[in-house]
Amino acid sequence: MTVRRLSTRASFTLAAVALLAAALWLGAAIGETAIPLDVVAKTVANRLFHAAYPLDPIDEGIVWSYRLSRVVVAACCGAALSLSGVVLQSLLRNPLADPYVLGISAGASTGAVSVAILGIGGGLVGLPLGAFAGALIAFCLVSLLAWRAGSGAAAIILAGVAGSQLFHALTAFVVTKAANAEQARGIMFWLLGNLSGVRWPDVTLALPAALIGLALCLSQARALDAFAFGRDSAASLGIPVRRTYVLLIGVTAMMTAVMVALVGSIGFVGLVIPHATRMLVGVRHGVLLPASAIVGAVFMILADILSRIIVPGQVLPIGVVTALFGAPAFAVIMSQRRTRL
Amino acid sequence: MRLATKDVTWAVGPATIVDGVSLSAEPGEFLGIIGPNGSGKTSLIAMLAGLRRPRRGTVELDGVPLSALSRRHLAQKLALVEQQAETAERMSARQAVELGRTPYLGLGHPWSELDDAIVARALAQVDMTPLADRNWHTLSGGERQRLHIARALAQQPRLLLLDEPTNHLDIRHQIGILDLVRRLDLTVIAALHDLNHAALFCDRIAVMQAGRLVALGTPVEVLTQRLIAGVFGVEAAVERQENGSCHIRFHATAGALSG
Ligand SMILES: Nc1ncnc2c1ncn2[C@@H]1O[C@H](COP(=O)(O)OP(=O)(O)O)[C@@H](O)[C@H]1O
Ligand SMILES: [Mg+2]
Repeated sequence: MTVRRLSTRASFTLAAVALLAAALWLGAAIGETAIPLDVVAKTVANRLFHAAYPLDPIDEGIVWSYRLSRVVVAACCGAALSLSGVVLQSLLRNPLADPYVLGISAGASTGAVSVAILGIGGGLVGLPLGAFAGALIAFCLVSLLAWRAGSGAAAIILAGVAGSQLFHALTAFVVTKAANAEQARGIMFWLLGNLSGVRWPDVTLALPAALIGLALCLSQARALDAFAFGRDSAASLGIPVRRTYVLLIGVTAMMTAVMVALVGSIGFVGLVIPHATRMLVGVRHGVLLPASAIVGAVFMILADILSRIIVPGQVLPIGVVTALFGAPAFAVIMSQRRTRL
Repeated sequence: MRLATKDVTWAVGPATIVDGVSLSAEPGEFLGIIGPNGSGKTSLIAMLAGLRRPRRGTVELDGVPLSALSRRHLAQKLALVEQQAETAERMSARQAVELGRTPYLGLGHPWSELDDAIVARALAQVDMTPLADRNWHTLSGGERQRLHIARALAQQPRLLLLDEPTNHLDIRHQIGILDLVRRLDLTVIAALHDLNHAALFCDRIAVMQAGRLVALGTPVEVLTQRLIAGVFGVEAAVERQENGSCHIRFHATAGALSG
């Protein structure tokens, strides 16, 4: 029985990795200039393994310098947001929790914008750090508000809505007060989620953030399972509740902050992907966490592809695409959930 | 194992909810806690389980204060069945019981066949094996309650804390569960709402009233007509059985709720 369980798990893992690879491959090929799949493969072989295939340098340049870095960051972003959603939903025992709904993304935006425009810190490290601080402040504020508003699942969501509004307003305030017109336009586009500026240096931030985030979340998989019947139940199953909270909220804020700093705040991924994945693989976090990461990564890559081809000659903000597909999907999932309960 | 409290007090703001309770459960003993709604049974059990830190006083497990034990270590010794615990997760009955193995699992200790066996046995002990693969949300209140008890048994504790464990159960399972936990080689502390169950199963009974411990002793010592009238506000006749136990017969009194 254990052997069979292992082999099904191995084949699932293989299928998931293959799916992710296929999505990455497609993501690098599709775009304004379509590039044949074999050129993508050869570019990767040339760059990584010095394979020396003769290729059009322009094609190779597009694939390597723009498309691949972009698609890898999209994958990391999708994975990180989905992981954050799984963690927040389980920890807060709230099906509506995700970094966007709880205002963590909005707080991260405010932090990042403050750094970018008011010039606190600066550079590649300054922006994510500002976002991290913003994310943590937002979460603390929202928790405090929810606690004042009384317990219950609705309180934290309402507090999240209020917190989001507050931080959006703060961001707008900073932008109108301190940015010039050019900056303001760029920031407003970035706020809706924008992958066009992504280059390889961004990957060196996104990939470690997503992988370390995944590893840390996985280390708490059993603890997350134990929260199924609430905090007291988790504590009586031997989980150090407060330490687990601090660690997991910290990881979530870190992942959200890095992704917001790189590509802006993107909604619905952290909300929908965890629910969809739960339907596929069940509620055990040892499986749910990696599966959500992969599904989220693939979803984000596909959303990015769509954002590039839906309006010819135009790139939509990716947040628009995720909302366009995420909102109806969420409606379907919630109604299914109700009938199955 | 022996679990003892010394003068534990718990308060929310100005309201004292548990007030200077000192009691102990001896190894292998079945200690019942009875008392009207709101008398502080659940709050006391939360302190016994280490979930609430007493404002004053200490709780000690075999002489060691609970605050000196790690949560994980404590969970291997002591299991709790809460009065109310629900989930929105779509999990199976078996998965709910598997959570009981949490304190034993970790990086160097993956799930093993031994864990499978322990879970299967716990399910069998509460008579839930046939329903093991059902979705939690399709089960009745009583079936869920039995799974909570199975989860606690899967923790393989030395000491079991039960908060009104028979609430949703039919009469057969009420008797069955209490009999099961008494026969296991465990120390049991259980808040019970049925005085006859308390009389039947408990070695000793602690009586709570408005946060205070007002009586502690064997069922025959504690369950007197006067105490029942004083604490619960109902008229009852206590009959001695031939085997030394007692049985309580309640009288319907007009205005029992207005007193
Ligand atoms: N967290 C809390 N905040 C305020 N009051 C509480 C809290 N927990 C319990 N109480 C109050 O303490 C009293 C005792 O509650 P409880 O321990 O649940 O009693 P029992 O289990 O005997 O019915 C009740 O009046 C209850 O309303
Ligand atoms: Mg109670």
